[in-house]
Amino acid sequence: MTDPSKSPNGGWTPRIVAFFCNWCTYTAADLAGVSRLKYSSNIRVIRLMCSGRVDPQFILDAFSRGADGVLIGGCHPNDCHYVEGNYKMLRRFQLLKRMLADLGIEEQRLRLEWISAAEGEKVKRVVNEMTTQIKALGPLGMPEKFRDWDQEVIELAHHVEKSGAAACCCGSAAAPKDSKAEVAHV
Amino acid sequence: MSKPKVAFYWCASCGGCEETVVDLAEDILGVVEKVDIVLWPVAMDFKYKDIESMPDRSIVATLLNGAIRTSEQEEMAVLLRRKSQYLIAYGACAHLGGIPALANQFSREQILKFNYEDCPGMVNERKTRPQLHFEENGCSPHLPEFRNVVRTLDQVVDVDFYIPGCPPTPNLTKAAFDALLSGKLPPKGSVLAPDSALCDECDRKKTKPSDIAFLEFKRPHQALFDPEKCFLAQGVVCMGPATRSGCGAVCTSGNMPCTGCFGPTSRVRDQGAKILSSLCANIGPRDEEGINKVLEGIPDPVGTFYRYGLAKSLLRRKVNLPTSGNGH
Amino acid sequence: MVNFKEDIRIGFYVCHCGHNIAAMVDCPEVAKYVATLPNVVLSRDYKYMCSDPGQELIQMDIREHKLNRVVVASCSPLLHEHTFRSATEAGGLNPFFFHMVNIREHNSWVHTDRKEATEKAKGLSQAAVMRVAKHKSLDVKRVPVNPEALVVGGGIAGITAAMALAKAGKKVYLVEREPSIGGHMAKFDKTFPTLDCAACILTPKMSEVGSHPNITLWSYSEVTKVDGYVGNYTVQVKRKARYIDEDLCTGCQDCITQCVFKEPKFEDLFNEGLGKRKPVYIPFPQATPQIVLIDPEVCLNFKRGIKPGQEPVVSDKCKKTCVEACGEKNAIDFTQKDELEEIKVGTIIVATGFKTFEAERLPQYGYGIYPNVYTALEVERLVNASGPTGGDVILRDGKEPKSIGIIHCVGSRDKKTHVWCSRVCCMYSLKLAHLLKEHTGAEIYNFYIDMRTPGKGYEEFYNQLLDEGNHFIRGRVGEVTDWAVTKEEEGKLVIRVEDTLAGVVRRIPVDMVVLATGLEPQKDAQDVRRLFNMSCGSEGFFLERHPKLAPVNTFNDGVYIAGCCQGPRDIPDTVAQAGAAAAEALALIDTGYVEQEPNTAYILADCCGCKSCIPLCPYTAITYDETTLKAVINEALCKGCGTCVGSCPSGSIVQNLFEDDEIFSEIEGVLAFK
Repeated sequence: MTDPSKSPNGGWTPRIVAFFCNWCTYTAADLAGVSRLKYSSNIRVIRLMCSGRVDPQFILDAFSRGADGVLIGGCHPNDCHYVEGNYKMLRRFQLLKRMLADLGIEEQRLRLEWISAAEGEKVKRVVNEMTTQIKALGPLGMPEKFRDWDQEVIELAHHVEKSGAAACCCGSAAAPKDSKAEVAHV
Repeated sequence: MSKPKVAFYWCASCGGCEETVVDLAEDILGVVEKVDIVLWPVAMDFKYKDIESMPDRSIVATLLNGAIRTSEQEEMAVLLRRKSQYLIAYGACAHLGGIPALANQFSREQILKFNYEDCPGMVNERKTRPQLHFEENGCSPHLPEFRNVVRTLDQVVDVDFYIPGCPPTPNLTKAAFDALLSGKLPPKGSVLAPDSALCDECDRKKTKPSDIAFLEFKRPHQALFDPEKCFLAQGVVCMGPATRSGCGAVCTSGNMPCTGCFGPTSRVRDQGAKILSSLCANIGPRDEEGINKVLEGIPDPVGTFYRYGLAKSLLRRKVNLPTSGNGH
Repeated sequence: MVNFKEDIRIGFYVCHCGHNIAAMVDCPEVAKYVATLPNVVLSRDYKYMCSDPGQELIQMDIREHKLNRVVVASCSPLLHEHTFRSATEAGGLNPFFFHMVNIREHNSWVHTDRKEATEKAKGLSQAAVMRVAKHKSLDVKRVPVNPEALVVGGGIAGITAAMALAKAGKKVYLVEREPSIGGHMAKFDKTFPTLDCAACILTPKMSEVGSHPNITLWSYSEVTKVDGYVGNYTVQVKRKARYIDEDLCTGCQDCITQCVFKEPKFEDLFNEGLGKRKPVYIPFPQATPQIVLIDPEVCLNFKRGIKPGQEPVVSDKCKKTCVEACGEKNAIDFTQKDELEEIKVGTIIVATGFKTFEAERLPQYGYGIYPNVYTALEVERLVNASGPTGGDVILRDGKEPKSIGIIHCVGSRDKKTHVWCSRVCCMYSLKLAHLLKEHTGAEIYNFYIDMRTPGKGYEEFYNQLLDEGNHFIRGRVGEVTDWAVTKEEEGKLVIRVEDTLAGVVRRIPVDMVVLATGLEPQKDAQDVRRLFNMSCGSEGFFLERHPKLAPVNTFNDGVYIAGCCQGPRDIPDTVAQAGAAAAEALALIDTGYVEQEPNTAYILADCCGCKSCIPLCPYTAITYDETTLKAVINEALCKGCGTCVGSCPSGSIVQNLFEDDEIFSEIEGVLAFK
């Protein structure tokens, strides 16, 4: 068993979840393989029929489960196998990246790229670029954050269970930092 | 045979949920007749000790409203969970985080600093903040800790059922009581409301065109609305399609768009993501500039799409806020 | 079929693919890891999963270990998903209880660290194992294939493909944009290396196409719209107005003789602008169909100054001697308009050919500046007995050349223009060298970078040319200039080149320069690609589904490609490829049906009827049911993109094979890593 956030060589390395459309970008990634192009191994591709199928829930779910970046690959404008699924994704992406910024997720963590079936080289470039950018940003680490956020709840629950819920509600909390002893209501 | 024991409790909430219980009107008498209310801070005086001394699982059902923001609320939630057979998250705040969970966009420090220092009208030259412990007149009281994160009830304790709404409507409350008293309960974890979205019961549905293409979004204060026509057809963000029905479409009947208080259907994990997906996909323009022009009409997507559901969303909170440390 | 309440029993197989995967991924280690995952009852690594023993292994295990789910980690699902689904089905399971993990194209072939690649393989496998647990039994729908076929482009590729299909008894529509079929080959004089007369071998084929009862030939027509899917395409063809009733014209060409223009005075494009034609014309003597046409831009009976794209307006100002000449046949119709025809076909072969590189783009070679600089295609017409000069090589200045320089690789093998080798230029340059020498007896200089003569009899032809006393100078020509340095250079074109074999810079004065222009995609290749839902390679030629194993297939099932629209190639290769495309189409037609991937979407009863999904469907498969007040999807129209599913605000649309829960499990799986 390995620590998910550690590469086998030790040290953190980003995890990028990619949603590639079947017709263009997934095929481009196949082409990159057939052409034996080399790129960083941080990407995990999930195949969908069309970038229009990419539900923003998938993106948020990937982040919340530990993805440091999410890459969406679709056909170039006007080239969608399903006419215009890629435009639907583009529109979602425009608002989603703004919303994610409001929620503190850096813009580079979510990327939408048009990669045609012939652009194996672009798969390589985009994956390498994104890996470098996210390495510079550091881990997003949502699962660790959730654990950290909930530490306060877990501690209290333990305390309540153990003490049979004694009157003290914050016995484990830190002592006052300063000497101002006045009371203000919460 | 003694009547089943029922408890009501409130945490981080506005009190509106309590109103709903009162809004049962004559029906409340029927309820009161059939149950023993063992805890109801808004109406009757009970002490913490009274609850603590009750045997575990001796309360049949506790309806808890409000989000969980302080250590005291957490403690009460844990206690009531232990004392109750059924713990019911009552109302949007307990269910989804509600309006209080919008505070998950800010750190504890930002909130305390604003409220005790920067807020207009605040006079607090010594910048005093609430303390967890202090000594006064020989006593050493404790105050609850203000947590880093606003939580839904089920992020703190196990929850059996959810009654949605801000506030829940009397009909849903009554139906829940009826189910509880008759023992005809759905599977654990159910939201006690229909599982289709609001449009199902909205009168305006028939006016929605099937070829919508948004060219602009207006906010409710920016226009006068046709009282009959679908809000989305009028370019107003209405959360109806992404929101569970069961309220009887009270807001849209009152000429206000749905803001999503019933939360998503059981098939959706993140209400905001879904309405975003639907609205954006239906935008008219195809070029980035045109798309963004339309999207200017949604200046605050978090506040619009997660007005009640931020705590329950997949990310729960602005992710880069301090995760620990004492802000007091 | 497996009951859902039953325990999930997954069999997992990781393929070594010889060394292709095993060299970079520790397959036994992956198998060992997957064995520890929930629901996995069997986990193996095997040398070649796609081999017969590999497939039998799956079938045997399904029976012996009561597997009800199968996961294979090997190559791309686009390659072998079908193979393993079939094996799963042969083992007695619904084929959709299978899921495939791509650890070759997406892993072993693109990564360099064995540990990382192994970890990635584990993550991807775990995702598949978690996903497959949610899979449901699905039925494949069979849709009949319309036996009629469409061939687009009437060059040698289209002609060959159409004939192959017609001979097999299939009805074929052959649509050609130009007034006649024949394509580029019809312009050539001879063909290399055998020096067959192009017309002699092509003309019989053209007339065969023109008269075959199974072929509907629509020349001067263009495909404007394609709808539908494999086996059932609806195609709209614009039949451009010729101002001649095709059924009435006998090809007597009396109208041409009697035209009020006594002499031809308009640019003849078939002859690369070297000759002239009249407003009413037939492109070349052997044109098929033998039907004339009228050019409204120059015909006196039409108004001048009509903007491009606008419909021609009849002026009625001409004496119309042509109509007189036509007499009772009454075939001329100035009121004719473009017509749109709709046809239904099951398969489509796209053979839209190429265009030659525009020599003006390399001004250093002087094309368009010095009249005696020609492109190779112009020379093809010049040496052609039915060409503008009747086969005499007379230069634009009226002289016969005594010395000729042929510059190879114009617009090929050059980062500034096109990087690819156009494959035919070396050989056609040799052919033209031979023909020019034969016609003029001139000294011929070939300037080449490398001589590329792979092909049956090609190297021998090169040797023949060497023996014939042609000069070969290795080096990319720097420029063609009329700036004479010596007396003997005066009045000549001087080719400046570094002779890389001799290591000197040479100046070679010649009378005529021939530019061996390369092949490039048609100008409207991108539009055509969109029309037929194909892809283009980065250079702009249509992209085959697989460079080796599916060279005539495209990513759109039922649409095949042949000839130079897929990339530069010579006539033998084009003909072979056209045959292959026809064979693929025939295989589909004779199978009689296609199996549709059951990845369509359906709407749950919980739909609230918000109608948000309806405008999102590009195929209008979603409608609003006024009785139930909910949306419904017409499965026959749904193509399975899933856009409506991703957009349904209440999560009430489900896509088979790509259900939300399946994707969420996959996300969870790739991020679980342990």
